[in-house]
Amino acid sequence: MTISVQDPSAFYRALCRIRSFEETVLENFPKGVFFGTTHTYIGQEANAVGVLAHCQPQDIVFSNHRCHGHFLAYGGDPHALFAELMGKSTGVCGGRGGSQHLQWKNFYSNGIQGGITPVATGMALAERLQGHSPVVFTFIGDGTLGEGALYESLNLASLWHAPVLFVLENNRIAQTTPVDIAVAGNMAARFSAFGIPAQELDSSDVLEIYPLAGKLVDEVRETQTPRALILHTCRFGPHSKGDDTRSEEAIERMKTQRDPLHLQAARVNDEQSIQIRSEISAEIAAAFQAALADPFPVIHAVAGSSI
Amino acid sequence: MTTVLESLNHALHTAMQADPGVYLLGEDLLDPYGGAFKVARGLSTAFPDRVLTSPISEAGLVGLASGMALRGLRPVVEIMFGDFLTLSADQLINHAAKFRWMYNDRVRVPLVVRTPMGGRRGYGPTHSQSLEKHFLGTPGLRVLAPCDLGDPGLLLRQAILEDDPVLFIENKLLYLCRIPSGKDLADLELTTLNPDSAAAPGLDAQTYAPAYTLRMRGAPPARLTLVAYGYMAHLARQAMVQLAYENEIFTELVILTQLAPFTIQPVLDSVQQTGRVLAIEEGSLSMGWGAEIVARVAAALGPRLLASQRLAALDSAIPASGPLEAETLPDTAAIIQAAKKMV
Ligand SMILES: Cc1ncc(C[n+]2csc(CCOP(=O)(O)OP(=O)(O)O)c2C)c(N)n1
Ligand SMILES: [Mg+2]
Repeated sequence: MTISVQDPSAFYRALCRIRSFEETVLENFPKGVFFGTTHTYIGQEANAVGVLAHCQPQDIVFSNHRCHGHFLAYGGDPHALFAELMGKSTGVCGGRGGSQHLQWKNFYSNGIQGGITPVATGMALAERLQGHSPVVFTFIGDGTLGEGALYESLNLASLWHAPVLFVLENNRIAQTTPVDIAVAGNMAARFSAFGIPAQELDSSDVLEIYPLAGKLVDEVRETQTPRALILHTCRFGPHSKGDDTRSEEAIERMKTQRDPLHLQAARVNDEQSIQIRSEISAEIAAAFQAALADPFPVIHAVAGSSI
Repeated sequence: MTTVLESLNHALHTAMQADPGVYLLGEDLLDPYGGAFKVARGLSTAFPDRVLTSPISEAGLVGLASGMALRGLRPVVEIMFGDFLTLSADQLINHAAKFRWMYNDRVRVPLVVRTPMGGRRGYGPTHSQSLEKHFLGTPGLRVLAPCDLGDPGLLLRQAILEDDPVLFIENKLLYLCRIPSGKDLADLELTTLNPDSAAAPGLDAQTYAPAYTLRMRGAPPARLTLVAYGYMAHLARQAMVQLAYENEIFTELVILTQLAPFTIQPVLDSVQQTGRVLAIEEGSLSMGWGAEIVARVAAALGPRLLASQRLAALDSAIPASGPLEAETLPDTAAIIQAAKKMV
């Protein structure tokens, strides 16, 4: 969803929409309205909003397990996403996929760490070979740096000039495993070793992320070769739900110093920010209620249609 | 007479000629080498922009190809040895085969992964296996295996035309087999069956993969049904002829080219007459394809099934040493021996 930097309230609105959606998910999970599990994006909202503000209609997004924020920033419908989490027929994928498996327009996600990067690379290659000049955004986390398929993708993307922007969201933890006991060496060097220029930013400020992402997106678009953007960020919530192993103080510290919503709220006046928050919470509440009322799919529709 | 290898190679030429969206990807594909088993020979010369010789990255490559397939192209990936398919298992099972269904039928993945399987060349434990059983029954993944009857190249061309992912298993010894003409099969009566999709719920309407039934011409009623695919179908055909001429044991051979998903009907049609079934495969015995064949026949026929057996490789790794490998893999003599015990 293209957003103009001239309008701070548009960014604020997009950040709030993700936050409000995810808070509603966590709040309602214990009530048993959702199936399976979820991975919320609270704390990382500025990444999706700042990066995908550059996404044009011909572009493609391939996201991972933590995909709600990416989906909503792409322009996805909160009602359809709630419905998908609830396994309803009105869900993004008719209830087949659930939280981690979304497909809508040019947005895709899958829950296998590292597995999506070769697929995203192939999509980018296919688009370029067919004479299009898209950018394929693919999102991975720090923990996914452990997966071999990623490095095969980097090699192939570089060799075969695939227009991919690899967005590495380093929230410094993978489920419960801190980055320093899982990732050796240097993150940026992983990309540059394959000839893929990489830029790093340690910020939760959408107005810092947006321009750097824009520069890399432009480079991918113009050169039709890959780039990497490493965003050092903070996960405020649990990995999925109720499974945070970090100290409360550490989380509180992150929340006071690195909240993308607070940073952006300072750029819109109080009255406006209150209004935006209330509009968004009404929108999200209505989407949630609507999804609750939606019907479940019937099994023959699920079983019969593919091989 | 055309060999299976020539037929497949010709099919790739034809498919690439017909559709500029067809790409071939794999390791060491460029001429003059033309791929480890030469199925790709000539293609990089004819279509230099569409034959992508790749780094040694089976996972990356199959993933990349399914991305290409999602976005409008028809990639064909060659995995140099079927043994290396394990490296791309995640991409096949959790990605390519899942996408269409998981995304609510809004996307299609016209991907073909073809690979040579099988032993008898002394390549040892990691270059001789028939690993297809590990992929059979994966929802969303069609598994095909040509044999040396009919038109193996046509089967490949149709797999390339299809909009869902296909794993295409080529036995290495089958490559040099010549495809017999009607005249060459003089003693045998060949029936080609297209399985009825209605008989197999969940199977696509596309019924391009044929099944074949072979009988001894003018022979008394058969008392045993042999079921096989790939190169084992070639060996079973030899066994069938020897059993008839040397032992007066008359059998019917049913050959499947679609291993999964599949309909048992062509097998049932035969076993209903013979009462006995022997499933023959080159993969290791336990938990294999033959077990599925026998289970389905037993479920359908109940007490009308007089006897059922499986013949397969030993449940062991495949040794390099010639005599050991020969002991490990089923051959014509083993088929004859197993058949004699059953009638
Ligand atoms: C192949 C694979 N292994 C393990 C998992 C289980 N898993 C899901 S998310 C996750 C942690 C991922 O960490 P990271 O890449 O840093 O992303 P984050 O969750 O921090 O966004 C793990 C281990 C998985 N989904 N896929
Ligand atoms: Mg992480």
